[in-house]
Amino acid sequence: MYVAIKGGETAIDNAHALLAEKRRGNPAVPELSLTQISEQMALAVDRVMTEGSVYDRELAALAIKQARGDLVEAIFLLRAYRTTLPRLATSEPLDTAAMAVQRRISATFKDLPGGQVLGPTFDYTHRLLDFTLAANGQDVPTPEPADEPLSADLPRVAELLNQEGLIETAEDGEDGPVGDLTREPLTFPAGRDLRLQALARGDEGYLLALGYSTQRGYGNSHPFAGEIRMGEVTVEIVPEELGFPVEIGTVTVTECEMINQFKGSKTQPPQFTRGYGLAFGEAERKAMSMALVDRALRCRELGEEATVPAQDEEFVLSHADSVEAQGFVQHLKLPHYVDFQSELVLVRALRAEAEARAEQEKGSEEKE
Amino acid sequence: MLPSPSDDQIASRRHWMSVLAKSPAARLEELWRDLAEPPAYRFLRRPEIGLTMIRARAGGTGTVFNLGEMTMTRCAVETATGHVGFGHVAGRDTRHAELAALFDALLQDPARHDEISATVLAPLTREQETRREQASRKAAATRVNFFTMAREA
Amino acid sequence: MSVPSLATGFDDPVQDGQRVFRAVLDAMSRPGRIVPLPRLPEIPAGLHASSAAVALALLDLETPVWLDEAASPAAKWLRFHCGSPLTAAAGDAAFALIADGTRLPDLDLFPIGTPDYPERGTTLLIQVAALAKGRGHRLRGPGIEHETFLDAEGLDEALWRHMAQGRDRFPLGHDVMLLSPDALACLPRSIILED
Repeated sequence: MYVAIKGGETAIDNAHALLAEKRRGNPAVPELSLTQISEQMALAVDRVMTEGSVYDRELAALAIKQARGDLVEAIFLLRAYRTTLPRLATSEPLDTAAMAVQRRISATFKDLPGGQVLGPTFDYTHRLLDFTLAANGQDVPTPEPADEPLSADLPRVAELLNQEGLIETAEDGEDGPVGDLTREPLTFPAGRDLRLQALARGDEGYLLALGYSTQRGYGNSHPFAGEIRMGEVTVEIVPEELGFPVEIGTVTVTECEMINQFKGSKTQPPQFTRGYGLAFGEAERKAMSMALVDRALRCRELGEEATVPAQDEEFVLSHADSVEAQGFVQHLKLPHYVDFQSELVLVRALRAEAEARAEQEKGSEEKE
Repeated sequence: MLPSPSDDQIASRRHWMSVLAKSPAARLEELWRDLAEPPAYRFLRRPEIGLTMIRARAGGTGTVFNLGEMTMTRCAVETATGHVGFGHVAGRDTRHAELAALFDALLQDPARHDEISATVLAPLTREQETRREQASRKAAATRVNFFTMAREA
Repeated sequence: MSVPSLATGFDDPVQDGQRVFRAVLDAMSRPGRIVPLPRLPEIPAGLHASSAAVALALLDLETPVWLDEAASPAAKWLRFHCGSPLTAAAGDAAFALIADGTRLPDLDLFPIGTPDYPERGTTLLIQVAALAKGRGHRLRGPGIEHETFLDAEGLDEALWRHMAQGRDRFPLGHDVMLLSPDALACLPRSIILED
């Protein structure tokens, strides 16, 4: 049976007008500007940039405004927009060691060279609602700068462990082409390049839950936050017409290196292994979760048995993308009248069959 | 065939292109307005907005992967004196890319290099260093000094 | 450090690029039809203005381009405006720019795509002296109601044979754009041509 669905046009137009009115809210309340969003909802902007996979604060702020604060919807909007732009260049790999650090901590060494730098963190706040902010937040404290800037040389924690040979070295991988899942669909098994790209774009809540599962026993990973750093790094491209690298600007990123115990295998001695997380903006929870999941997914190359969900590459990566996931879940609300009609016919037929059978059985019982 | 530029020339050009790209567009506009003799120019390639795929390395030093894209704008100009300037700047400000390309062209012109270096490049470099240092000093104020508690015997 | 003057690109890269793209789309979906290019840039060395327009609309840094000898003076222009990597290996080419239609390279060296990714066949941009409709080779196939005739001056006859034989490989194969100085006509891989 074919059921044609037409005639929703006016209803849809009206629904969109209603949405626009709802988006604006009470007109007596001043409208949000994009700079207000990017300055004061900065971490929402960071999340939309990371998962929307486009670093552009203004575009992310616009997406958040248009999506009425629904970040997954905003991510979708940003992803859609990026497809309208040509790719002009590919950057040289970011040098996070040369980061202009705003925050840098290690849970493994207290006396690391250059020191622990807390930066603008929620850690050590009391998580008490601050009602002075409700009253338009007067008295913003001005942080007193130190006399001296941070040392320009802040070595990586992994390098300190490396001096003893206790941690695997992250060698410059093979020089082959770098996989790009915005160009080629993901296939399995996926190389670490594609896994990291998928995780970087992946939904933060999903990665948080998976990372958490590895700590709770679904995985035996014993992670330590070896180092977390956040700050600005320079982006460099090599324009075809110039033939030498030029810096085009900076991006703020958060980087997390997890250090995990490793018992060793037939080919490798016991040592620490590493999981890596990197995200746009200030996105510490995301970077940490990503690092946990990255380490779990490395089970194959480290010769560990894959037994828990976070180690199942196909499961983890196929469900990480919020745009894909929400699209498939939400398509269920679109008209499925034809599908459902056929199900109805089927269920009615089965039901009739079952009733007939019951009748028959009852009849034969009565005869006995 | 033109002689290929020396390493020194490339290094100084990379430096000024970086400073121009990282400076606020509004500052470049001010300095352009203050210019005594703005050059006549034409576009070789009009400002174009697009994306750069940002790459990173696992663990900072390992396997290269694609992190995500960023918006960028590029532009190429040629001044009446035949100097070709390029602007490659993060973001979607077409005027920023145009001004960066213009200053790049002027800085390559031996007749204008010293003047532009002193009036444009020097103040922009200073401002950038100040911004960076101030941010770093604020972060440095949050540096922790741990005291290990020694248990008494 | 200045570079010698290059021909400029489109005046309005986005709008002009889209107009040309639309023309290419028309030509590709109606094989054999001669479609004038609505926007032409300054003519770069080695190319027709039409090929330059198509290059500006279609090529970018993700499309490796193979050039024949006659197109090689345009190498610098292509790198500058399109950002396309140039490849000497026909097997890596997303596009082949053949400026001299009378001297075709061995077309079988260019990829025809794979069953999973048929779109990975090379698109051949071939410059010709002139295009004429209503005479020459009889074309049939998708996008042509009954039949149409197309002829090209300055084109090696081998191209027609190549496309006639290519029909057996469908849906793999080469899509061809024939470029006269100011217009184009297309022979997509779906074309049916009698030898």
